[in-house]
Amino acid sequence: MQTRREMLHHSGAVAALLAGAGLLPTAAQAAWNKSAFEAKTMAECVKALGGGAPAESKDVSVTGPDIAENGAVVPVGCASSTTGVKRLLLLVEKNPSVLAAVFDVTDSVDASFNTRVKMGQSSNVYAVALMNDGRALYAVKEIKVTLGGCGG
Amino acid sequence: MADPMRIRAQVAGDKATVRVLMSHEMETGLRRDGAGAVIPAWFIQEVSAAHNGKSVFNAQWGPSVAKNPFMQFNVKGAKAGDKITVVWKDNKGDSRTDEATVS
Repeated sequence: MQTRREMLHHSGAVAALLAGAGLLPTAAQAAWNKSAFEAKTMAECVKALGGGAPAESKDVSVTGPDIAENGAVVPVGCASSTTGVKRLLLLVEKNPSVLAAVFDVTDSVDASFNTRVKMGQSSNVYAVALMNDGRALYAVKEIKVTLGGCGG
Repeated sequence: MADPMRIRAQVAGDKATVRVLMSHEMETGLRRDGAGAVIPAWFIQEVSAAHNGKSVFNAQWGPSVAKNPFMQFNVKGAKAGDKITVVWKDNKGDSRTDEATVS
């Protein structure tokens, strides 16, 4: 059972991540979004906060192991069961660069992607679906990492 | 030129499941070598896929994606014999295009 406080915390966290990532619906460009991938801290993100608040939704799912033995290779997936998804994002909260991947979806592909990411430490992983109507829906999963993947 | 990607595309019902394994270092730019010098970032930034020449998605990746990246997606309406093309481009301007036939 999630308390209201936790809910607000998560919602705020995703809003901050998104805003910092410059990916709230106003930004739509084809080229690699440098500022999106450079967002490193919450403070940086909150500064640019604006746009619709992300809401947790059952229509979005994030998959991954509960415990990852090797943080260098963590299999994660993001998927959305609703229609009208424009972009799917994968975010690892405690990585130096929170945004891992952005998938721009079209009608000819399922809104479902699996990949592998690096995780520096145990952290929440977010899957965010940006909808055509400007809403941002997300799902969160905590993945515990036994051995970090970003060290030398 | 980087090593070729390994692409497998298999029909599953009315869509095709495509699995791609790319060969890339995916350096974050945060690690240091033995002498303490920063190893420069080197990672895939843009990935896109096409089904019989028609683009099905574009992706942007950050350095958080694991070394030798794996990616799986489903292409709607793909049949046996169709061509799936995957392209990646890294931050050094290197790119690689590979094609596979749906089976």
